[in-house]
Amino acid sequence: MNKLDLDKNTILRCRISAKKIADDIHGFINQHTTVSVERTVCRLLGIDGVDELDIPIPNRLVDEIYQAGNLGKGISVYIAAGLKLYDNSMARFISAFTAGEVRLSDLKLLSEQEAENILRSQFNKTLAKIKLNKGIRKELQDKYPGRETKLYVIVATGNIYEDVIQAKAAAAQGADIIAVIRSTGQSLLDYVPYGVTTEGYGGTYATQENFRIMRAALDEMTEKTQRYIQLVNYASGLCMPEIAAMAAVERLDILLNDSMYGIIFRDINMQRTFIDQYFSRLINAYAGIIINTGEDNYLTTADAVEEAHTVLASQFINEAFAKQARLPEELMGLGHAFEINPEIENSFLYEVAQAEMAREIFPNAPLKYMPPTKHITGNVFRAYMQNTMFNMATTMTNQSIHLLGMMTEAIHTPFMQDRFLALENAKTVQGALKMWREDIEYKHDGIIRSRAVEVLNMAEKLLDEVKDSGLFKALENGVFANVKRPYDGGKGLDGVVKKDKDYFNVIANRMEAELSED
Amino acid sequence: MKIRPYGDTMSDGKVQVSFTLPCLADESGIEAAKILARKMGMNDPNVVHVEAIGEGFSFFVVYGSVIHEVETDSIKVEKVETPTMSREEIEAIIEAEFDRDIIFIGASTGTDAHTVGIDAIMNMKGFAGHYGLERYKHIKAYNLGSQVSNEEFVRQAKILKADVLLVSQTVTQKDVHLKNMVNLVELLEAENIRDKVLLIAGGARITHELAKELGYDAGFGPKKYAEDVASFAILELIHRKKRVQ
Ligand code: B12
Repeated sequence: MNKLDLDKNTILRCRISAKKIADDIHGFINQHTTVSVERTVCRLLGIDGVDELDIPIPNRLVDEIYQAGNLGKGISVYIAAGLKLYDNSMARFISAFTAGEVRLSDLKLLSEQEAENILRSQFNKTLAKIKLNKGIRKELQDKYPGRETKLYVIVATGNIYEDVIQAKAAAAQGADIIAVIRSTGQSLLDYVPYGVTTEGYGGTYATQENFRIMRAALDEMTEKTQRYIQLVNYASGLCMPEIAAMAAVERLDILLNDSMYGIIFRDINMQRTFIDQYFSRLINAYAGIIINTGEDNYLTTADAVEEAHTVLASQFINEAFAKQARLPEELMGLGHAFEINPEIENSFLYEVAQAEMAREIFPNAPLKYMPPTKHITGNVFRAYMQNTMFNMATTMTNQSIHLLGMMTEAIHTPFMQDRFLALENAKTVQGALKMWREDIEYKHDGIIRSRAVEVLNMAEKLLDEVKDSGLFKALENGVFANVKRPYDGGKGLDGVVKKDKDYFNVIANRMEAELSED
Repeated sequence: MKIRPYGDTMSDGKVQVSFTLPCLADESGIEAAKILARKMGMNDPNVVHVEAIGEGFSFFVVYGSVIHEVETDSIKVEKVETPTMSREEIEAIIEAEFDRDIIFIGASTGTDAHTVGIDAIMNMKGFAGHYGLERYKHIKAYNLGSQVSNEEFVRQAKILKADVLLVSQTVTQKDVHLKNMVNLVELLEAENIRDKVLLIAGGARITHELAKELGYDAGFGPKKYAEDVASFAILELIHRKKRVQ
């Protein structure tokens, strides 16, 4: 598939620059851990629940070591020491800890080897569950393969039970993928809320219990519709790896998991985000969860024509970071969007150029294609027309994860009927244009191909610059989305800790080792 | 004058509505939709489309004629009454009336992460060809960004000695913006500075009427730009200054 005849060497040079960019950051990542990474270790060791003040136990444990200034050793050895003291009973150790009968800092630390031996039975349980989930997913996907371009819609009522009603109806209407949007503000919480939630704003809190409830509902719809209905949530914000861990255990299929979104759009500190994204992606790689990256968002604050190359450059960088985390290409849901002002002449041709280019440069990636949002107004009828054009571009360029546009985008989070109309639109276009892609070629000196070549060349230049300045500097200079972020600014920097020489992360070691064997 | 919706004959009252009901798409579902339409004030409602949309819900499209009419002469709306001046006029008037710069601070407050609206008003570049406040002579504009807590916003207002506070709110689901906006007014009152500043809100779903109701001095929605808010603010500041003198 090479309709655009893009220069292979240019693409290769982009990949080489992106790899260098990610490698540089990895030097930094390897030397650090974060409170969220360590809480994730607790979770994957099977620690869950909250204390009487609703503070999650993983936070309690990690905070104690953090306050004592010892988090550079990692939480693993402390948990092992605690287990040893309580005859390997996690339940007894945790209840003694929450009752204040034992302080982690008082425990006699063990050697890495002894710690690993003690922890093995704990993490084996969780990792076995994650592998089982991976197997179940594969089985269901083989049994119910469904359409090639998956139709993705969101639910965002704020109440998980209401979300279930909306999600089931959406699946019945033909949706293949359901994303439960998170409540505004969750990304800035430095903990994961616990239990069922029925009150969120602009979305529903991501909690493990909510994941479980929605998974069960979608499994029911899978049997009913004979299509495997995938579940999506957000591993972004201050708890990236914790959400990934919860998602792995509850068999979510896709996570929004960008390497830079938190920095740019939530003002989360860049050091924190890069460290957290690595561990979260390692977990996703282990669990077979597709990541979705957030380049589409750049075009909401920056212009989609002028800044198209930043999307491509960022896709290369996200790909390079994903490779570091051992994610196979089949799990790299790189993002992009249909966000050019529709009033610009030939805007549709530019959109097709961008989408076809992404398809050809990342042939194995399950590309996530986002609908128009920024140029949608309260004129819902016009919005429906814009979404039809978007649906056409998707089918023409064979995108993988097709996030449906809503006619009410400028007004509210989707109503049941908005989703229904969007699904009708997408299904009709998919059917009506089914073989079009096979039939079309692009003129060598035509608008579409020329535009793609131009964007690729600009991306190459940008990547070359970022390679020289370093990604930290590039973010400080506002290269992506026209948003500038200081190295030491933003939220969550205080949760970044330099690793000691004897740092030990029993889960990361294990996952890295297993994934490297494959 | 009395008016009604227009389809193809004056005062025919034609309207279209669409909605979802938790019922089947059968005769009794259609009847339910018609009854509802009549209660909405539609004569002879015509259910032109009905379709099951899964899990016991159905989607209806209804046309009909509304029986209601509106007397336009008696309509009163809360709107910003001050005229909108050009940037040059605003700059000139500040120069004439004040011997100092006027200080604006702005932010997307609470948990709101949307910046495009407040940036449109404040940033140099502005929006849709309208320059932002940063470009105005004699105006000092501080854009604090998004997700700024009300406490922090008030603290900055005091430090920067702001004359005008600009608050942007985009997420309105379950009225999250109302709580947040009211909370800011309460904080300002507790700090005894509410009447020392102009408090102005904006956002896609914000109207002047709503803002007034919540204790703000003004509210601006879509298609409003820096010159609209600057005109209001400067004229109001002059007005207040004169009142004090
Ligand atoms: C861009 C965008 C985003 C971007 C924001 C990037 C950024 N840095 O700003 C991203 C992707 C990050 C985003 C995130 C979310 N978004 Co959003 N987003 C939009 C989108 C597509 C466009 C908004 C926009 O930029 N408009 C352009 C600006 C210029 O318009 P404006 O804000 O109205 O501003 C004008 C006027 O209102 C006025 N104005 C605005 N502020 C002020 C202030 C003052 C003082 C004055 C005088 C005037 C003024 O002047 C401006 C120029 O005329 C809208 C959908 C749409 N098409 O409207 C959804 C939308 C606003 N988002 C929505 C939601 C729910 C969210 C999330 C909560 C989703 C989630 N759960 O994660 C998160 C936000 C999380 C959070 N903590 O806030 C909903 C809100 C629904 C509702 N009514 O509550 C919308 C409507 C989409 C939808 N249908 O669901 N979003």
